[in-house]
Amino acid sequence: MRRVITVTVLNQSGVLNRVTGLLMKRQFNIESITVGHTEQPNISKMTLVVNILDEVKLEQMIKQLSKQIDVLKVNDISEKSIVLRELALVKVVSPANLRIEINAIVEPFRPQIIDTSKNVVTYQVVGNPEKIDAFIELIRPYGIKEITRTGITATVRETQPIETPQLSILK
Amino acid sequence: MTTNTTTSVKIDADQPKQTEETFKPRTGSDLLVYALKEQGVDIVFGYPGGAVLNVYDALYKNPIRHILTRHEQGAIHAAEGYARVSNKPGVVIATSGPGATNLVTGITDAMIDSIPLVIFTGQVATSVIGSDAFQEADIIGITTPITKHNYQVQDVRDIPRIVKEAFHIANTGRKGPVLIDFPKNVSADLFDVADLIGNDEPIYLPGYQPNTKPNYLQIQKAAQAISESKKPLILAGAGVLFADARSELTELVEKYKLPVVNTLLGLGSIHGNHELNFGMAGMHGAAVANDAIQKCDLLINIGARFDDRLTGDTKRFAPNATIIHIDIDPAEIGKNIPTDIPIVADAKEAIKALINKDIQAPENGEWLDFLKQKQNDFPYWYVEDENEILPQQIIEMVHAITGGEAIVTTDVGQHQMWSAQYYKLNNDHSWVTSGGLGTMGFGFPAAIGAQFAKPDRKVIAIVGDAGFQMTNQELAVLKEYNLPVKVVIINNSALGMVRQWQELFYDGRYSQSLMPVQPDFVKLADAFGLKGYRITTIDEAGAILEEALNSDEPAVIDARVKQLENVYPMVPAGKSLDDIVGVKRL
Repeated sequence: MRRVITVTVLNQSGVLNRVTGLLMKRQFNIESITVGHTEQPNISKMTLVVNILDEVKLEQMIKQLSKQIDVLKVNDISEKSIVLRELALVKVVSPANLRIEINAIVEPFRPQIIDTSKNVVTYQVVGNPEKIDAFIELIRPYGIKEITRTGITATVRETQPIETPQLSILK
Repeated sequence: MTTNTTTSVKIDADQPKQTEETFKPRTGSDLLVYALKEQGVDIVFGYPGGAVLNVYDALYKNPIRHILTRHEQGAIHAAEGYARVSNKPGVVIATSGPGATNLVTGITDAMIDSIPLVIFTGQVATSVIGSDAFQEADIIGITTPITKHNYQVQDVRDIPRIVKEAFHIANTGRKGPVLIDFPKNVSADLFDVADLIGNDEPIYLPGYQPNTKPNYLQIQKAAQAISESKKPLILAGAGVLFADARSELTELVEKYKLPVVNTLLGLGSIHGNHELNFGMAGMHGAAVANDAIQKCDLLINIGARFDDRLTGDTKRFAPNATIIHIDIDPAEIGKNIPTDIPIVADAKEAIKALINKDIQAPENGEWLDFLKQKQNDFPYWYVEDENEILPQQIIEMVHAITGGEAIVTTDVGQHQMWSAQYYKLNNDHSWVTSGGLGTMGFGFPAAIGAQFAKPDRKVIAIVGDAGFQMTNQELAVLKEYNLPVKVVIINNSALGMVRQWQELFYDGRYSQSLMPVQPDFVKLADAFGLKGYRITTIDEAGAILEEALNSDEPAVIDARVKQLENVYPMVPAGKSLDDIVGVKRL
């Protein structure tokens, strides 16, 4: 089960090492990790994507992360209504005679061309990871020279769906 | 959060006066020593070296009692022993590089057994960190997974804050080791007194707010479960000792007539001969204690972490029981054993809350009768040998001579288990053993620290011949400080527990577990200027032990015991507590 976990940390040296080291020690595999500053000075937020099958192990991971002195908050936001975003830079082999065709194909993904050379075009595509996967698969037959992905960052939507108990005549 | 996080220990009466008048901190090292005194530290264990020369110079000018061990590992185990017995943080100083890496075993040991330590390591100057300089080691990287927290001091003005935070983190919540890495240039840096005066700000650690007060509703639930139970059982761990809650536990036990079993590290949390104490549970625990766990309908775990050596197969552990788990560390709850009623709190607070509930005591007369019967029918046992001394006999004699009043330290292995079984402790904070990590060579240096913590108590290191050889260089410390530690070597010329497992699970192929060549331990003691004794027959054992243990001098006693004796009962690793073997009816 893929879990998206945000970790709010004090921006001290070594804090990334503490978090990743802890996950390694307890044998959790990180699929992706992103870190950046937040609106508050000296506080950073990490977004982790991990694959955990076992509820108990998930709980253990969250508790162990929370125990770190430099960790302020740990949230498992997988069950919430969230926005997931990732950015990818994809270099595609795109000779002049194919370029219009390729651009037309990728149009629905709204990528930006951020660099061009004689034979290679670099697209920047932003979206949730599935969209980026789809973009890459679409363009793969043309020849991908290089892919750079940032990993996932996420935020919880301001308005969460309100859980109203089902009104049932059976009750 | 309070600023004063440590203990009430006072520095020797005349020392601070003298220093306050004549001593003015000038360098980072002075400031460090000053900060240590602020924390009430009156003894440190350490070993100097290049990167901590400034610190040692500051200690020379403004002394805190410093114990020079003969190896950094000795220093940190001594600090662990000191911390266990005094229930205050132990303090260690070592130099950079090899000095720091020699501490790693002790730090890990303290981490897994939740022993509060504050460790200072020297570091090369900040200008050369990362250049593979002489005696440089990335001790922050190395110790991140084995400390509760660690710091590298970057600015001399941070020293008071970091030291204060380190003691606070080490000694609150679930205790543990905190390391402070101290680059040499920072230790020499001068500072402006104006930057420091008024440095009394309270500790601010937004990510560290350990909870000590139990939740009212959970206590309510626990109280109800206790009164409704027919077969309640308390499992008391080291958390009771760290919370200094022995009298509260005893009161709780007596008030509601609840039987108690201990973990290895929880020994001493109730009197060893208390009528409701049914001994140690776990791999080599008493038959009655393990049976109690398997048959109880309510298990109240207070300050134990359901370690695998206690539980055996977790799936078949306490199958009939509702589990109440009181622990100060929320991460321990539900980690190994699913918990029905979790209570995150300090053991003392939680026990008090349960006492104050004034609940109906459970109707468990039948249960207590059953346990009493089982305890009487299935005690620890051994079969006397005509020709050889049994290790159990030696420990029984040590117990008889000291009347259960001594502080006992051990390494890991057979002698540790026999000590746990046969040395029934009268007091709390009197049992110093390497539980979680199982560190050979721990017991003897730990006894040194214990003796410094309690100069008036009898401290006995019960060690194996193999473990003792890992840290016996610290005998020099006994001589230097005339420290009356008694070392009882249970000498079977073997790595006893390894040999036992090879006998039981590897068809007796004793691969590298026998040690036919041993030093002459009496001569070894003599070489350090200490009195050595040798026991070779059971007839002489009593008299020699009496003389050695009752003397005011240090003593090394080489007790030659039967090599092939095994520790029983035993729950084979990974098996359920029900699969206990080596149980004998009296």
